[in-house]
Amino acid sequence: MGKTIIEKILSQKSGVDAYAGQIVVADVDYVMGQDGTAPLAIKSFKEMGGKKVFDPEKVVFVIDHSAPSPNEGVSRLHKLMREFRDEHGIDFHDIGDGVCHQVVPESGKVGPGSLVVGADSHTCTYGALNAFATGVGSTDLAAAIISGKLWFKVPESIKFVLKGKLPKGVFAKDLILYLIGDVTADGATYMAAEYTGEAISDLSMDGRFTIANMAIEMGAKAGLMEADEKTFAFVKEHGGRDFTPVFADPDAVYAKILEYDVSELEPMVAKPHTVDNTAKVTEVAGTPIHQAVLGTCTNGRLEDLRIAAKILEGRKIHPRTRLIVAPASRKIFLRAMEEGLIKIFVEAGAAVVTPGCGPCVGTHNGIPSDGENVISTANRNFKGRMGNSNAFIYLASPATVAASAIAGEIADPRPYF
Amino acid sequence: MILRGKCHKFGNDVNTDYIISGKYKFKTLDMNELAKHVMEDLDPDFYNKITPGDFIVAGSNFGCGSSREQAPLAIKYAKIGAVIAKSFARIFYRNAINTGLPVIECDTDKINAGDELEVDLSKGIIRNLTTGEDIPIKPLPEVMIKILNDGGLIEHFKKYGTFNF
Ligand code: SF4
Repeated sequence: MGKTIIEKILSQKSGVDAYAGQIVVADVDYVMGQDGTAPLAIKSFKEMGGKKVFDPEKVVFVIDHSAPSPNEGVSRLHKLMREFRDEHGIDFHDIGDGVCHQVVPESGKVGPGSLVVGADSHTCTYGALNAFATGVGSTDLAAAIISGKLWFKVPESIKFVLKGKLPKGVFAKDLILYLIGDVTADGATYMAAEYTGEAISDLSMDGRFTIANMAIEMGAKAGLMEADEKTFAFVKEHGGRDFTPVFADPDAVYAKILEYDVSELEPMVAKPHTVDNTAKVTEVAGTPIHQAVLGTCTNGRLEDLRIAAKILEGRKIHPRTRLIVAPASRKIFLRAMEEGLIKIFVEAGAAVVTPGCGPCVGTHNGIPSDGENVISTANRNFKGRMGNSNAFIYLASPATVAASAIAGEIADPRPYF
Repeated sequence: MILRGKCHKFGNDVNTDYIISGKYKFKTLDMNELAKHVMEDLDPDFYNKITPGDFIVAGSNFGCGSSREQAPLAIKYAKIGAVIAKSFARIFYRNAINTGLPVIECDTDKINAGDELEVDLSKGIIRNLTTGEDIPIKPLPEVMIKILNDGGLIEHFKKYGTFNF
């Protein structure tokens, strides 16, 4: 019987001929924790009697969620992580290196066929590299750090076949928001999403990361794509070793196969307070915006910054609106400086903050006030997400966010293209 | 194991930001402190309404969103006996079992706010003492029963040093 991508990876890593529904214990290739989850994992590691990390080169901690530290409590937790690094010699990214889901792919340690667990729900991002990567909690993370293994229930897969070409001014973010709106927030719970088709092959790696990143917003355990020349080029550029790509068999069994034609797609927006509460940008255009955010592990990559800069160049943001820009990584920040993008943002009136999660999760860097509307390129708009439950968060593409920052209200970016 | 308590009812898609907001969880590893803010964005006074052993009862996709283990821990430290829902988001479900918080899948339409429940985990049945109705529980996968019986994943590792299924 044929296998899906995830069935193949879990079979290879567990040594069991595995299909959906089975439970396997599999070897992990890379294990990631960030500053919101690693401290608790360190605590669990100690309580479990952990003495040694299974392989220091396969474990990484990233300080990105509250970077630099906004208060003493956080500083204490950051210190705990640095002490763990000193003791065990693991890979480490300190403040300013960037968001975990950008620095891990940039490290070259993850590629086609890898199995990665991260104590962060958006670990599914690396599925764009043809890896099975999934989010776990801190205790699971500690177990993986000690043993180099974790148990998994092999999930069923939903195959998304995406045909046609995206129209001008419509991007990967619009596509994934549309799909989440269609299948809903729990439409893929306990399952893996496999994305395929012309619309996926046409996307850059940056665009593919955006799609894989948001698989969790439909409840999926992973969002996977097949590897192609673009994938290999990305891995090579970042010094990755040889990986073996994993393809789905033609006779693989899927829970569902969903086909879409993307050629008529319009810019999309997720309205407060759920990601599947989607609308066309034209339906919400005119909504006043107080804060715009460009960045995060969803849309803080170079291509995103370029698109936003194209719109912002030579223009000023609306007096009502503040714009916060957080490049996803130090590397991206540097490239954006070299290309003059940062200058464009600053001249347009933006505040550029440290590479990392920025204001995404409400720890610092721009917490909205009561009754304010935010438009963000992030992946979640839950009530209270940005640190104030009386604010309203809209999610959109970098183009829509830039166009809205200029207009002071939600605006269709297509006239700029 | 038999659990008894009163039901606090919530809707669908209760996400981890509602269970415990990011603005608290990044600050401390003190779960008693976090517990005071449990479900705050949905019900600001929730913590004070809990009698130890009470149940959180919800619709589908409970615990969706982030991987923060602080979510089940905050519920556990708030002395909730179990979470009962139509379905759970998978990371939350794993985290709950790993940290020893019972999570139960069943048809929660048959439970109303304030109902007294008796949950018999070994028999796989919830008795709604208020309405007199019996509600069957969807069984847990065997791996999870093993981890729960050991008292969570930490205890499992203490005992075996690695996974032992
Ligand atoms: S950018 Fe936002 S969604 Fe991404 S890892 Fe950071 S907090 Fe999570």
